[in-house]
Amino acid sequence: MTVSVDGADALSGGFADPPIDAARAFRACLDVMARPGRIAELGGAVPPAPLSVAAGTLALTLLDGTTPVHLAGAHDTAAVRDWITFHIGAPFAGASEAAFAFGTWDALTPVDRFAIGTPEYPDRACTLIVECDALEPRGARLSGPGIKDEAFLSLPEVAAFRANRALFPLGFDAFLTAGTRIAGLPRSTIVEDV
Amino acid sequence: MTDQAYNFAYLDEQTKRMIRRAILKGVAVPGYQVPFASREMPMPYGWGTGGVQVTAACLTPEDVLKVIDQGADDTTNAVSIRKFFQRTAGVATTEATGEATLIQTRHRIPEAPLTEDQILVYQVPIPEPLRFLEPRETETRKMHSLEEYGLMHVKLYEDIARHGHIATAYAYPVKVEGRYVMDPSPIPRFDNPKLSDCPALQLFGAGREQRIYALPPYTQAVSLDFEDHPFEASKAPHDCDLCGASDSYLDEVITDDQGGRMFVCSDTDHCRCRREAGHVGRLGTPITEGVS
Amino acid sequence: MYVAVKGGERAIDNAHAWLAEERRGDPAVAELTTAQIREQLRLAVNRVMAEGSLYDLDLAALAIKQARGDLIEAVFLIRAYRTTLPRHGVSLPVETAQMAVTRRISATFKDAPGGQVLGPTFDYTHRLLDFTLEANGEAPVALRAPAMAAAVPHITSFLNRDGMIEEAPHDDTPPPDLTREPMELPASRATRLQAIARGDEGFILSMAYSTQRGYGRTHAFVGELRIGMVDVEMEVPELGFAICIGEIELTECETVNQFKGSRTEPPQFTRGYGLTFGQNERKSIAMSLVDRALRWKELGEDYTGAPAQDEEFVLMHADNVQATGFLEHIKLPHYVDFQSELELVRKLRAEVAASAMQEAAE
Repeated sequence: MTVSVDGADALSGGFADPPIDAARAFRACLDVMARPGRIAELGGAVPPAPLSVAAGTLALTLLDGTTPVHLAGAHDTAAVRDWITFHIGAPFAGASEAAFAFGTWDALTPVDRFAIGTPEYPDRACTLIVECDALEPRGARLSGPGIKDEAFLSLPEVAAFRANRALFPLGFDAFLTAGTRIAGLPRSTIVEDV
Repeated sequence: MTDQAYNFAYLDEQTKRMIRRAILKGVAVPGYQVPFASREMPMPYGWGTGGVQVTAACLTPEDVLKVIDQGADDTTNAVSIRKFFQRTAGVATTEATGEATLIQTRHRIPEAPLTEDQILVYQVPIPEPLRFLEPRETETRKMHSLEEYGLMHVKLYEDIARHGHIATAYAYPVKVEGRYVMDPSPIPRFDNPKLSDCPALQLFGAGREQRIYALPPYTQAVSLDFEDHPFEASKAPHDCDLCGASDSYLDEVITDDQGGRMFVCSDTDHCRCRREAGHVGRLGTPITEGVS
Repeated sequence: MYVAVKGGERAIDNAHAWLAEERRGDPAVAELTTAQIREQLRLAVNRVMAEGSLYDLDLAALAIKQARGDLIEAVFLIRAYRTTLPRHGVSLPVETAQMAVTRRISATFKDAPGGQVLGPTFDYTHRLLDFTLEANGEAPVALRAPAMAAAVPHITSFLNRDGMIEEAPHDDTPPPDLTREPMELPASRATRLQAIARGDEGFILSMAYSTQRGYGRTHAFVGELRIGMVDVEMEVPELGFAICIGEIELTECETVNQFKGSRTEPPQFTRGYGLTFGQNERKSIAMSLVDRALRWKELGEDYTGAPAQDEEFVLMHADNVQATGFLEHIKLPHYVDFQSELELVRKLRAEVAASAMQEAAE
C-alpha cells in the first residue's frame, strides 16, 4: 500500500458512518444548489490532494458505478483515481461523457466540452465541481430561482456562466469548492458582473 | 428507536445516491420532471412512494419530520408514513408546522408561512400536467421540450366557454419561471399562491410515474389564466366552525342526516394553534393550555 | 361539540392484528406450511416469482402465505424485498438450448430431433372436479423415461437453417434493467421483454388474446414451448472463467409468425419470444404474442391502432403492483380535492340558477 504525503491513501479517507455522513453531506449540497450564493461547510471525507475535502465528500455522496467521472488537469492523478476507484467505483471518462467533472476552473475550461442535456432530457447534463482557492459571498451578482432579490459569489469567471444561462433549460450545473466549503451554481442562475 | 434491520431511512445508499442526483437536477431546472428509477417501497404505489423516497433521500438524523395528508397530521396514511420514518430513521417528529424542518404532504400546503429552514415534500400521483390532454409520454415530453402549451390554454378556455369559469379546482397547473408548465400535485387551487416565491424548498416525488421535480426557494410559479379570466384562489365561503379562521382552507363535515354540516380547518395544526391562542369559532369551545 | 377523528395509529395497529388473525383462519385447522405451498401450489409460486422478478421458491411461498393467497399482494411483497437486495454481479445469459427439458412441444412440426415431450400438463386432463383430493391427495407414481442424452436443439433453428425464419442476430449489448433505470420510450425490445415478463399475467393474456381476435393479428403458431432446468453461470473475475452458481426452472416459448416479406427481403416467418421463471405456460405464450405484436414498426407492418401494438399503452399498464397501488389509492382520503370540486359545482349551479331567475323575470 502506498501512502501519500498527506496521509491519505486509496483505502482510507472514506466516510466513518456512510449513511449518516452522506445524508448530512447531501443536505449541504442540496442547500447550496437550491440557494445559489449560500456557502456551506462540507466535510467527512479525507481525499488525496489536490481533491479538496468538500469535493471529495461530494464525490462520496453523489457518485457511484453508474456515474462517469472526468478528472481535469492536475486532479487527474493516480492517487485521486485510486481513491475514487476504491471508495466509489465510478468509471473514468472524457469530458463529453462525464456526469461529474472535477478540476480547477482553468483545467475545466473550455466548458463547452461538457454535456448540457437534450431538449427532451435537460437533466442529462454534467455537474462541474470547480475547485477554488477560496469562496466568498462577494463578486458576481446572482439572481433567479433560489435567490431572494440578489446574492453575491466569488466566481472564477462571469462570461461562461452567462453563456450557460443563455442555454436554459439546457446547460451544465456547478458546485464550487474550497477546502471544506461549498457553493452551488445551477444553470438557472442569472450571473452579472458588478 | 431506529430499526437496525434496515439502513438509515430504509433505502440503500446506492438508491439514495440515484435519487439525490435526480433531486439536484430537478432543483437546477425548476419545474422540469426528472426521470428516476423509483423503487418498490414497502407501501403501495399511489400511497406516497414518491414522496417517501424523496424524504428518505433528504432526511438527516437532526431533522424534525411532520407528515400531513389532506392537511391533517392524524389521517391514517400520514400516521403510517410518519411511523415508517420513526422506525427506519429514528428522526424526531412533530405536528407543529413551525417546528418541522421537513414536511411531507399529500394534497395541502400548510397555512402557516414556511421558512427558509424547511423543505416541503409533495406526494404526486400524476406529475404530468398535460397527461389528461395527451396520454402519451412520448408526446408530452416533446411538448415540454418545445414549450408547446397551447393545448393547456385551449382546455382551460373551453372550461370558461362551457361553465363561465376555469373548472379545475385542484392540481391547477402553474408556469415555473416562465418556462415549464408544472402540476403542483392535487392541492386545492386555494393553495396555489403559496407555491410561488416561497422561502422553503419544495420537492415533488411521483413514485409510480418515476419523476422528481422541484421549486427552489423564491421561484416564480404562476397559475395559468387569461386576462379576462384571472386566476382565483377559492375556498368555501365560511369561517372555521372551531377556530373562526376566515382565511384557511376548510373541510366540510356532515354532522347529521338532516343536512347539518360544519366547516373546519383542513390544516389541523393551524386550527389547534388558533384555538390555543384563544380564537373560538361558531361551534367551538375555548381551550386552555394543558388541556388536550 | 364536534371532535375530529383521532387515533389513526391505534386503528392501524388493531387492523393489523385483525388481519393476522384472519390470515391464520380457524386455529382448529392445521396451519399451512410454506413447504406445502412451495410443493403443492407450485404454479402460484411460479407466478409470484415471475412477476416478482425474483427466483426463490421459499420466499415466494412465504409471500403467498403472508398475502393470504392474494397473488398480486404476494408479488408486491417479493418486489419490495427484492429492491433492497445488494447486487453482487450479473450472470451470463442462460443457454436454453442446453435445457434439461421436462416438457417440450411444437405445434409446427409433428416430430423433430429431441421429440415431443408432453410432461406435466393440464392440457389433456378432463376438467372434472376430483373429489378424491378432498379426502387424500396421494398421487400415483408416474412412469419415468431415462433422461435425454443430449441437448435438445431449438425448433426455430431448423427453420433458420433454410432461411425460412428471420435471423435473430447475436447481440452482446447489456440489456437495460427496468428495476434500476426509469423506462424510456420508445423502448428497446429487451426493455419490452423485461416489462412483459414482469407484467401481470391476466393483462398480458388479454393483450395476446386481442391479437388473436384481430386487434393486431400476427398469425402465431407455437414453434416451440419448452420447460426445464437450466444452469445459471457467472464469470468470476478472480478465477477468470464462468462457474455454475445454481439452476433454475424456466418456460420458454418461441412463436412462428407470418410475414409477407418486403421489397428487399423475400417472404419469411418472424418470431415472438416469451421467457418466464418456473412452469408458466400461459404467461410465456401470451408474452411471445405480445412481443411479436409490438414489433410492427421494426418489421415494417402497419399500425392498425390495436392496443397490443401500442408500446406505451402496453408497457405503462402491464405492471400489476403499480396498477393495484394506484387503483386502490382512491380509497385514501381525498376530501380536500372533493371539497374544492364541491365548491366549484355549487358556484356554477348558483350562477345557472341566478341566470334562470333573471330570464324568468325578463
